[in-house]
Amino acid sequence: MLDDFMVRAALAGIGVAIAAAPLGCFVVWRRMAYFGDATAHAAILGVALSLAFSMSIFIGTMAVALLMALTVSVLSGRGYAMDTLLGVLAHSALAFGLVAVSFISGVRIDLMAYLFGDILAVSRGDLAVIWGGAALVVALVGWRWSALLTSTLNEDLAHASGIDPKREQLVLTLALAITVAVAIKVVGVLLIAAMLIIPAAAARPLSRTPEGMAIAAGVIGTLSAVTGLRAAYVFDTPAGPSIVCVAALIFLASSMIKSFKPAR
Amino acid sequence: MSLVRVEDLSVRYGARTVLSHVSLCVEPGEIVTIVGPNGSGKTSLLRAIIGAVKPFRGQVTRGNGVKVGYVPQKLHIDETLPITVSRFLKLPGGVAAADIQQALTQAGVPDLSGAQLSQLSGGQFQRVLLARALIGKPDLLLLDEATQGLDQRGSASFYQQIESVRQDTGCAVLMISHELHVVMSASDRVICLNGHVCCEGTPAVVASAPEYRALFGTGTGGALALYRHEHDHGHDHGDHTHDHTEAAE
Repeated sequence: MLDDFMVRAALAGIGVAIAAAPLGCFVVWRRMAYFGDATAHAAILGVALSLAFSMSIFIGTMAVALLMALTVSVLSGRGYAMDTLLGVLAHSALAFGLVAVSFISGVRIDLMAYLFGDILAVSRGDLAVIWGGAALVVALVGWRWSALLTSTLNEDLAHASGIDPKREQLVLTLALAITVAVAIKVVGVLLIAAMLIIPAAAARPLSRTPEGMAIAAGVIGTLSAVTGLRAAYVFDTPAGPSIVCVAALIFLASSMIKSFKPAR
Repeated sequence: MSLVRVEDLSVRYGARTVLSHVSLCVEPGEIVTIVGPNGSGKTSLLRAIIGAVKPFRGQVTRGNGVKVGYVPQKLHIDETLPITVSRFLKLPGGVAAADIQQALTQAGVPDLSGAQLSQLSGGQFQRVLLARALIGKPDLLLLDEATQGLDQRGSASFYQQIESVRQDTGCAVLMISHELHVVMSASDRVICLNGHVCCEGTPAVVASAPEYRALFGTGTGGALALYRHEHDHGHDHGDHTHDHTEAAE
């Protein structure tokens, strides 16, 4: 079954959707959308470094994404507005990454594959990495779920309950770095944030509890991955962007449901 | 034995000192109110007591096994986070449904457990926060301007609720309030804070203290009253600069 590239692609997409769902909810709740973007954009620098030192792309991107996320956490609240800081860091990381890639001689790499993903070329090894990473993210977020939720609601309430919000922030940062490293093959660095945010945002009007929203986001993400791949096959469109397009359409539909229903 | 004892506490944010040499303690069952102008370090003091800020100097000690319930100043629930009142009260976990119902009843909102948090009115929300603080059956309740944003009737009934909670459970209350008329009628003890403890005592004592009058006026034209700080009331000035006079003039 895994011999079919479409099956492997679908499984890869589902793996990313599952990892992105609970994490994406926190990104939306904590207003970290640009934070996710910056972390993802930095990954292209990780790609360049991995190729230069011929190490695993997964390790390289994860390390750089983690470094980026930590840099943002440390620098935040030191004189610059958060969106300015993220704008500077995200785009410089992307630019430095692109420049760094051009220095790598002897290796001809398909940059497009890293910017927009190359889900149809997912190998069995990639699949193992994606599902392994997804399992790790779900386990991490699941393990810290209540503490994360409490510190998302209010940091002082978290302190009063004996939870250290900084530690929980670190857990999220780590999960984000893993997700970026895992998703780069599937949707590419430019669209990773979309997989985090759009399914979660689409799930919001359909949910009454945080857990419900995470599960709904997972279902919507999975649906987007499978439908997007199918659409890419039928219409001969790029696979990663097609997945994001489907997610966006689901978001549109769910927003319309919300406006026809009384607020709840 | 005091429930909580703050000794010679100083708190700094970077180079800025917000609290210096603050000492106080809260005894079982009493209502203590902290008053003081904006930026006088009231919230920092409560945050230091719950452990959210590290003291720069001095220490905060809780009595053995003393449980603290905390009602934060204001809590913005993002519209994107769907959560019911009962789920919110369960966080971070391990609370029985019966305890939640009891806390909601004590806080005066027994019917709200199924409501979405983001749909509550200001008064309902503050009561839900109060319920959350009551769940652990605290010996000490910390309230940080719990009636901010409520109208006069709303805040009066909120303070009545606090009083009845104290009568029911016997817990002590340490609260910050801007509403001086409430403070003066409901507190056993008042602490006037302005980076340091200016004066403290029963409401009557504090109301007649020159430091308090300097900060809040004597009633008429109080807002314009200059802060003529008297340097003979015997608190330790230590190494912090005393800039009230400068600021007021």
